[in-house]
Amino acid sequence: MTGQALLEARAVSVAGRLDTVSAVLSPGQVTAICGPNGAGKSTLLACLGGLLTPDAGTVRLGEAALLSLPPRDRARAIGFLPQTPEIAWDVSVEVLVSLGRIPWAGAGGQGEAQGAIDEAIAAMDLAAFRHRPVSRLSGGERARALMARVLATRPGWLLADEPLANLDLAHAAALTARLGDQARDGRGVVLVLHDLAMAMNHADRVLVLDRGGLVADGPPGEALSPGVIAAVWGVAARWLGEPGARALSLGKGL
Amino acid sequence: MRPVPLLIAALALMIPLSLLAGRVWIDPFAPETRHAAIIVMQLRLPRAVLALAVGGGLGAAGAAMQGYLRNPLADPGLFGIAPGAALGAVLSFWTGYAVGPYALPLFALAGAGGAMALLSLIAGREGGLALFTLAGLMIASLAGALMSLAISLSPTPFAMSEIVTWLMGALADRSWREVQIAAPLSMAGIALLAAAGRGLDALTLGEVAARSLGVDPRRLPALLIAGVGLTVGSGVAVAGIIGFVGLIVPHLVRPLTDRRPSSLIVPSALAGALLLLVADCLCRVLPLAGGELRLGIALSLIGAPFFLHLLLRMRRGLA
Repeated sequence: MTGQALLEARAVSVAGRLDTVSAVLSPGQVTAICGPNGAGKSTLLACLGGLLTPDAGTVRLGEAALLSLPPRDRARAIGFLPQTPEIAWDVSVEVLVSLGRIPWAGAGGQGEAQGAIDEAIAAMDLAAFRHRPVSRLSGGERARALMARVLATRPGWLLADEPLANLDLAHAAALTARLGDQARDGRGVVLVLHDLAMAMNHADRVLVLDRGGLVADGPPGEALSPGVIAAVWGVAARWLGEPGARALSLGKGL
Repeated sequence: MRPVPLLIAALALMIPLSLLAGRVWIDPFAPETRHAAIIVMQLRLPRAVLALAVGGGLGAAGAAMQGYLRNPLADPGLFGIAPGAALGAVLSFWTGYAVGPYALPLFALAGAGGAMALLSLIAGREGGLALFTLAGLMIASLAGALMSLAISLSPTPFAMSEIVTWLMGALADRSWREVQIAAPLSMAGIALLAAAGRGLDALTLGEVAARSLGVDPRRLPALLIAGVGLTVGSGVAVAGIIGFVGLIVPHLVRPLTDRRPSSLIVPSALAGALLLLVADCLCRVLPLAGGELRLGIALSLIGAPFFLHLLLRMRRGLA
């Protein structure tokens, strides 16, 4: 399956938003995309998800150009969680999660679909809410249900645009840990993150964008060094604590 | 809960009843009523089949529209296809061609086709929902203005009264000819809308998520325009403007389903067929001086308060 393939941006440019960004992303890792507002994070993620056609450059999934894949094959390989959590109808959690099986409609049996739905519900710890309408979920439960919808596709790649926005500390930590588990299982996980400490502690690799350009790419200790933070965000900051539980201490602005 | 068997059972009960009900009641156990066979075969059966076809189309179109616009207050009329079809029909009266046997429905279908083409031209290419809705509204108001113009300039007072009466919407005095026109088109339209179901389900999560799930952003609106065009266009072509069915029916059916748009389309078609059949029977048997209550008027009389009730309930939900 294409799920184990590399996801690669080759000199991807989008006018006014992204400037010749290249990166080869590997499965089995959590990659965080960080940067200030307007840096092009969501644009890069949309290109990597095949939802936006770059003005120049290509995105490749394994050997294939992502945009040349039939939409259904792309949807099976890459699960995408948009930034705005929209659920138009008051469906139950189970029905919501089952929407993740849409790319597989007509393929595989009913049993496989139900298995994927059950697995996704279990992975996001939603068994107790299975039959609850989404209108009666808390913000954290909703975020988990939406993530379970992406997992139900069983994609090789999981792309999420600020999945931790609107989540309190405990829920954000729990969701991040679960996404880490997905990477351990061999999936590629790509997250746009605003919270640098989350990226520092939970990502295996960080891409830092600034004004559309890729300015740092590497393990979080390198890509989010005080020097990079000062240059990109314009704040003097240093990391406190132990690896895996670091906190950012902000100094005065430069 | 499974609404489909329930609705089929209700239809199985109501269809025979509708054949017996009317100005002349037919007693199935005492078939000495004069011309009973003619009344049933030439008047009531085509009328019942027409109610089923038109109501089914409107119900399915309403369910699909609400799913597409992700709004429970959406109505097939929002696309401007019904006003387009009505404009076509009005022009057939205005030009006098309406006296020919097939002219009126053909004019109306051409009007519906024109509205569909205009809508696809403006909003069909990844135009997004806002553009789609606005384009539909503009087409509707343009068709409305042209209709008023045609009425105000109508060549004879007779044509004017024909136009106004026809616009009210009814199934009275229809024959197998109208059934031949409306039933296949409406069925084809319902099939197209049912085929759009999976895309509409994906749209529950928003446009970006729908695309990430592999939904083609051009195919879905095309299916919808064609499906709504066929169902609503053929409905207006044979029955005039019948409002509110597409709005009310999906609401009544939604609580019986799992609330996915795709699970709503076929049940809404069945419920729309049932609603129109029952409403038409009631219009027929209601003792009203000066003739029958027009079906379009009757449904608006029921529909408007229902719509108001919905709005008030939604406002309470938001508060």
